[in-house]
Amino acid sequence: MEENKEALLDILKELHPDVDFESETNLIGDKVLDSFDIVSLVTEIGDEFDVEIGASDLLPENFNTVDAMLKLIEKKQNDED
Amino acid sequence: MNKKSKQKKGKVIFTACFLICLLLVLWCLQRLVEPKYMGSVVEGAMIPEYYSAEKNNEVVFIGDCELYENISTVELWKKYGISSYTRGSAQQLIWQSYYLAEETLKYEHPKAIVFNVLSMKYSKPQREAYNRMTLDGMRWSPSKVKSILASETDGEHLIEYVFPLLRYHSRISSLTSDDFKYFSHRKKVTFNGYYMRVDTRAAKNVPKGIPLTDYSFGKSDWKYLDKLRTLCEKNGTELILVKAPTLYPAWYDEWDEQIQNYADKYGLSYYNFLKDQDEIGLDYSTDTYDRGLHLNLSGAEKMADYFGNILQTDHGCVSQKGDKKLDRYWDKVTSRYEAEKERQYRNLKKYGNIRGEKK
Amino acid sequence: MLFTSYEFLLFLLIVFVIYYLIPSKWQWAFLLVASYVFYAIASPLYLIFISVTGVTVYLAAVLMEDKSNKNAQYFKSVKASLTREERKALKSRQKRKVRNIFLASLLLNLGILAVLKYANFTIVNINAMLRTFGSNARLGRVDLILPMGISFYTFQAVSYLIDVYNGRVKAQRNPFRLMLFVSFFPQLVQGPISRYGDLSQTLYGPHKADKKNITFGLQRILWGFFKKLVIADRILPGVKAIIAHPGKYDGEFAFIGMLFYALELYADFTGGIDITIGTAEVLGIRVQENFIRPYFSKSIKEYWKRWHISMGNWFTDYVFYPLSVSHALQKLGRWSRKHLGNAVGKRVPVYLASFLVWLATGIWHGAAWNFVAWGLGNFVIIMISQELEPLYLKFHESTHVEGKSWWKAIQILRTFLIMSCLRMFDCYRDVPLTFKMFGSMFTDFHITDLNASNFLSLGLGGFDYLVLAIAVILLFSVSMIQRSGSVREKIAARPYPVQCLIWAGLFLAVILLGAYSVGYDASQFIYNQF
Repeated sequence: MEENKEALLDILKELHPDVDFESETNLIGDKVLDSFDIVSLVTEIGDEFDVEIGASDLLPENFNTVDAMLKLIEKKQNDED
Repeated sequence: MNKKSKQKKGKVIFTACFLICLLLVLWCLQRLVEPKYMGSVVEGAMIPEYYSAEKNNEVVFIGDCELYENISTVELWKKYGISSYTRGSAQQLIWQSYYLAEETLKYEHPKAIVFNVLSMKYSKPQREAYNRMTLDGMRWSPSKVKSILASETDGEHLIEYVFPLLRYHSRISSLTSDDFKYFSHRKKVTFNGYYMRVDTRAAKNVPKGIPLTDYSFGKSDWKYLDKLRTLCEKNGTELILVKAPTLYPAWYDEWDEQIQNYADKYGLSYYNFLKDQDEIGLDYSTDTYDRGLHLNLSGAEKMADYFGNILQTDHGCVSQKGDKKLDRYWDKVTSRYEAEKERQYRNLKKYGNIRGEKK
Repeated sequence: MLFTSYEFLLFLLIVFVIYYLIPSKWQWAFLLVASYVFYAIASPLYLIFISVTGVTVYLAAVLMEDKSNKNAQYFKSVKASLTREERKALKSRQKRKVRNIFLASLLLNLGILAVLKYANFTIVNINAMLRTFGSNARLGRVDLILPMGISFYTFQAVSYLIDVYNGRVKAQRNPFRLMLFVSFFPQLVQGPISRYGDLSQTLYGPHKADKKNITFGLQRILWGFFKKLVIADRILPGVKAIIAHPGKYDGEFAFIGMLFYALELYADFTGGIDITIGTAEVLGIRVQENFIRPYFSKSIKEYWKRWHISMGNWFTDYVFYPLSVSHALQKLGRWSRKHLGNAVGKRVPVYLASFLVWLATGIWHGAAWNFVAWGLGNFVIIMISQELEPLYLKFHESTHVEGKSWWKAIQILRTFLIMSCLRMFDCYRDVPLTFKMFGSMFTDFHITDLNASNFLSLGLGGFDYLVLAIAVILLFSVSMIQRSGSVREKIAARPYPVQCLIWAGLFLAVILLGAYSVGYDASQFIYNQF
C-alpha cells in the first residue's frame, strides 16, 4: 500500500510539481487535474502498476483524492471488477 | 401573528396598486406608439369615427376608397335629406366589408347598404398595413375577431390586435409631434365617412387595363358576397351593389358581367357608374384630384346628387329633415364640412396644396 | 415553435397551469404528452424519429442491465470452480454479449443522426472527389428531413446508453419515463444535453407548486427574452449586413462584425438556455447550467469549461476519455514513446484523441467544411497554449503579474478575441473567405472608417445602438454581480417594492425595446437543428 502511494505520488509530482496532492480532496472538482492530466495519469499508472484502467473507470470520484486513486489501482490489481 | 397578517395584507394591496400602475403605463405607451393617422395617412383614422356618429342612417356605404372619396354624405343630406354614413377604409377587402356590415347592423337598421364591388378582385389577404387601417379602429366584437382571422397575412397575430403595443412598439424610436398631439383626443378626418379633397389634377392618358388570363372572381369573394346578401336579407336591409365611376384601377367588362348576372339572379340593384358618367356630369379634367383614381369634392357632390336621386326614386329613401336630433347633428357636420372646404381652398390658393405646407 | 413566439408563450401558460392542477403523480406523464405535442407542432413526422430513439435506447438499456445482472449471478455461482484464466475468459465472453446490445443500439441512433444530417454533405464531397479524378459519375442528393433538435436529443439518449453500459446509472424501467427524458420539451430546441443521472433526480417529480421556483423560473425566462429580443435580435441585422457583403465590410468592419457576432451569439444562445432552464425551474425541474460567464474566461481551456458546458462535457466523457485510454491509443502511446522519445511520445495519444474530439465537435455543429475548420482551429489553439504553458509559468514567475487585475483583464480580452476570431468560420460559412476576412483585419484596418455613417449603413439606427449599448452595460453588470452569487437571490433580498420595480422595468424593456413583430426579421435560434 505504502509502496503504491510513493509511486503514485511520484507520478503526480511529475505532472504538477506545484501541487501538494496529499492534502487535496477535490482534485477534479477544483480543476487541479484536467482531462489531459487524467489521460497521462492513466497511461503512467497503467505502466507503473501493470493495470488497465478503462473509460468506465474515469469518474471524478476515482480521481478526486490520492486515496481514491490508490483504491482504484488496488481494485484493478486484485482483479475485482 | 397579527403583525404578520397585516404585513401580508399590505403586500397584497401594494401588488394590486403596482399592477394597476403597470397596466396604466402599458396603456399609455400603447396610446403613444399607435400610429396617429390624422396627420398623413388619414385612411387609417376613418373606421373608429363611426362610433361617435349618429346611428339613424337610411343608407350605409361600405367599401374602399371608391366610396369614401367619391360620394359626399353631406351633399346627400343637404340636397335630399338622406342621412348616410360611409364605413370606408383603404383597400377594404370584401370580408372586412362583410364584418363591418355585420357590426353596423348591430347598431342600426338602415334601409340600404351600398357595397362597392371593386374589392371582388382580391380573394386573399393583401397587406398588413391596410389590414391594420381597417381593423384597428373597430371596437371589440365577434365581428372584429372574425374579420381579423379572415384577414391575417403571414406573421400577423390576433394578439397583436388585442394589444397593438406588441405590433407598434418599435415606433417608440420614431415618434412624431402628432403622436403627442393626438395622444388623448383624436381629430375627425371625415364627414360621416366622406373624405374631402378640393384640389384638382386632371386625368389624362388613363392607362388601359392589362388583359388578364382569368377574369373569374375568387371563391372566397363569392362566399362573402353571398354572406353579405343573406345578412341584409335577414335584417330587412336592401343590398345595393355599385361600381364607382373612377377610371382606374381597371374594371373589366368580364367582371361587370359576372356582377350583373349575380345581381339579376338575386334581384339586387347594381349600378355601374362608369357607364353613367355623362348623366352624372362628371368631367375628369375638373372632378378628380389624382388623375381619375379618386373624385374630388366637386366630383363627389355630383355623385351624391345623382345617386341621391336614385335612392329616393328607386329605393324608398325619404327626407329626414325635420327630425330635430338629426337636424342638429347634421348641422354640426355640415358646418365642419364648410369650414374644411374653406380651409382647403384657402390653402390651395395660398400654398398651392390643401395641407397648407409651405413649399 | 420558436421560444420567441406567441405560440410558445401560450403553450407554456397552458402547460404550467395544467401541470399544477393535475395530481402530482401524473405530472411527468403530462410532461411527456406536452413534449410530444410540442414536437408534433413542429412536424408530426418528427415524432417517429424521437420515438424510435426513445424506445430503442430504453430496450437496449433494460436488456443490458438484465444481462449484466444475470451474468454476475452466474459468475458468482461458478466462480469458485474456475481458475483465474477461466474466470477471465468467462467474463470477457459475458461482456461481449452486453457489448453487442450496446453497440447495436449506439450505432442505430448515431446512424440515424449521421444519415439525416450528413448524407448530403458526404454526397457533395464524394461528387467533388469524382470530379477531381475526372469521373463523370455523380451521386444524386437525397431529400431528407432533419428533425428539430436531433443532435441534442440523440446525444442525450446516447449518454444515457453509455452510462447504463458503464454501470454509472441504473436503467429506467418505465419506457414512458425514459421517453420523457429523451424528449423533455424545454431542451428540444437547443439543449442543453442533460445527463440522466442529473435530470432524472427532479424530472419525474412529484412537484408541489412552489412560489420561489415559479417566480424565479419566470424571472429567468424574462431575462432570457431580454437577451434574445432586445440584444440578439436587435443586432442581428448588423451582423447579417456585414457577413452578406464581405467585399464592402472588410478590415475594420470585419472586426466589428466579429464583435457583433460574439454579442449576438452569446445573447441568443444563453438567452435561449435561460428560457429552457427557467421553464424547467417553474416545473420544479433542475436543468444543469450550460454557461458560466464564458467571456470572462482567462484561457481557451477555461472558456470551453464555461461555454456550452453540457456539450463540452459530453465530448470529454464520451469521446475523449474512451478514445485516449483505449487499447489502440495506449499501445500507440507506448510505441511512440519508444520510438519518438518520452516527451513527444507521451503526447501522441492525448493529442490524437483531442484532434478527433475537435473534429467531431466541428462536424456536430454542422455538416460543412467551415465547421470542420472551426473545430480544428480550436484544436490547434488549445495545443499551442498547452505547449506554451511552461513558458507562461516562467513568465508569471519572473514578472509577478499573475493574479493582478489588469493582467487578468488582458488575459480575458485575449481569450475573448481568439474565440471571436475562431467564430468567424461560423459567420462566413466559407473557409477561404474566412481566412481572407481574418487577414483583412490586419492589412486593411482603417480606424477612420469607423465613423457614424458607416455604422448607420449596417441597417441599425442611432436608437438601436443606444439600446444595444445600454443593454450590454446591463448584461455586463449582471455578469459582474453574478460572480458573487445568484442575481435573483440578491434582488429577492431587496425590499418588495424595489423587486417589483426591477422586474416590471425588465418586462417593459422587453415589450418596448424587443426586436419582434412585423418589421424585424423572424429570428431562428442559432442552435436550432444542430
